[in-house]
Amino acid sequence: MSAVNHIPPAEAILACQGLSKHFGGIRAFTDVGFQARRGEVTAVIGDNGAGKSTLIRCLVGVHVPDGGTIYFDGRQHPFSNPDEARKSGIETVHQNLALIDELTVAQNLFLNREIVRRVGPFALLDRKAMKNQARAMLSRLSINVPSVTQRVRRLSGGQRQAISICRAAGSGAKLVVMDEPTAALGVQETANVEALIRKLREQGVSVILISHNFDQVRRLSDQIWVMRAGKMVATVRSSETTGNELVALVTGAA
Amino acid sequence: MSLPVDNAPATPQAGANEESRPSLAALLIDPSFWADWASVVGLVGLVILFGITSPVFLSVANMQALLLAAAILVVLSIGQTFVVATSGIDLSLAASVMLGAVILGLVNAAGLGILAACVLAVVATSAIGFMNGVLITAGRIPDFVVTLGTLSGITGLGLILSGGEPTMVGSTFLLKLASGYLGPFGYPVWVAIAAVIVAHIALYHTRFGVHLLATGGQAESAGALGIRTNRVKIAAYTISGFCAGIASILLVARIGSAEPQINTSLLLNSVAAVVLGGVSLFGGRASILGPAIGALMLTALVNGLTLLSVSAFYQPLAVGAIVVLAALIMRYQK
Repeated sequence: MSAVNHIPPAEAILACQGLSKHFGGIRAFTDVGFQARRGEVTAVIGDNGAGKSTLIRCLVGVHVPDGGTIYFDGRQHPFSNPDEARKSGIETVHQNLALIDELTVAQNLFLNREIVRRVGPFALLDRKAMKNQARAMLSRLSINVPSVTQRVRRLSGGQRQAISICRAAGSGAKLVVMDEPTAALGVQETANVEALIRKLREQGVSVILISHNFDQVRRLSDQIWVMRAGKMVATVRSSETTGNELVALVTGAA
Repeated sequence: MSLPVDNAPATPQAGANEESRPSLAALLIDPSFWADWASVVGLVGLVILFGITSPVFLSVANMQALLLAAAILVVLSIGQTFVVATSGIDLSLAASVMLGAVILGLVNAAGLGILAACVLAVVATSAIGFMNGVLITAGRIPDFVVTLGTLSGITGLGLILSGGEPTMVGSTFLLKLASGYLGPFGYPVWVAIAAVIVAHIALYHTRFGVHLLATGGQAESAGALGIRTNRVKIAAYTISGFCAGIASILLVARIGSAEPQINTSLLLNSVAAVVLGGVSLFGGRASILGPAIGALMLTALVNGLTLLSVSAFYQPLAVGAIVVLAALIMRYQK
């Protein structure tokens, strides 16, 4: 186990120092230092209630932290809402708030960033361009769906998760944040989503991954941060740790 | 789902062969096909049935009369469709038509000119729609409750403004609108056709249309992606009000006076046409042609039954049976 050391934020895509957040009298976490390096998969693990989801929500602008500083892409950058974070290049793959069932794959991939062409005074959707680009986005990440014109309702859980991730990555995001991306998936679908995350990393996208699954974290990530009872207690290189060590760090037995 | 990471370069167009459509035979045994096209199937069925039983039904004169009679319902169904697509319902639609008509009659009687009267009628009904939308979104009150309240409120307003008396509207402009023909169709039919085209483009070819369906499908997810779902809902209700205004002009032109009476069958038929048209009452999926054809079908039903000398008392029964039947077929919609 190595100590929580503060590397200067220059090589980090996202970093924070001394971050605190409490809801009324309940403190979610205090004095947290964290960073995700550019081009790496950074995992945050911890028991239920350790504060990892709240930390991530602070980092991407869903919650405003009570104290501390956040750096994104070399600049001090507190986001006051998720829209700002998205515009700066952070995309979040939400666990439940993901796709619109009744819309097609292509419509979902381009939702709220539709391609339009001007016809006189009107802006009409360029559906052909969106379908073509949707196919290109999916094939770049080797995601197989029967058709981009198919409604999302008819897709499997794994396909839906893949499309959510594709949407996040497809907007030219610098950092994709995923909260338990395989929580509701079967074995084969989990393997597919893991392959997708590796592919994102190969293409130079930085990823922050929240997970309960220590094996998955060791398979996928470069750096692991461990939270326990509202504190960041340790950080280790994935290649230098063992499952037992992670269990010990999370439970506090070390 | 499979992720063939290795052969990715070999298949640069993943899913390029995807546009292949199912064969016709496969379509015909697929219940969801019948559900999607219930209104077309119903209309064709009725035309065949009435065409055989009543020779007059298929005559040009009767077809023209049928289309004229359907124009108002088509326009209203379009307005209702936009609201239902957001998983709402506009119960105040027919009352808005009545209020629009009363305002049209009063402004015209006050001598402000027929054009100003028509514009003011449309502005008033659009404002009612806007208000419905604001009350539903800002007040966080269910659509059903708000529009039920508006239904009653504007019914009263119409009675107060008009003193409960009909106002004659003797305008050559409206007379021409009601009785003039351009090519095979009367002007009201052209108005309905224009409304169908504009609404179809708005729904399928604009960002607003996609955002409307996203709002109706999963409002929270749409909001998480930065879509302003409240504004979308308010816009949908305003469109509904606007359609009610257009319908009120057509109605006054048709009957020659502004009557402070609500045509309840107009409201129920607008919802029925939307359901027949395959629009999900839970929001998120909609079409414009479907409800328009649904409105035609309901009008054809009444027209055909009248030609067959079936008592008018049986017409609501027939409409009810058709709507419930359509709802049963809808269950097979995917």
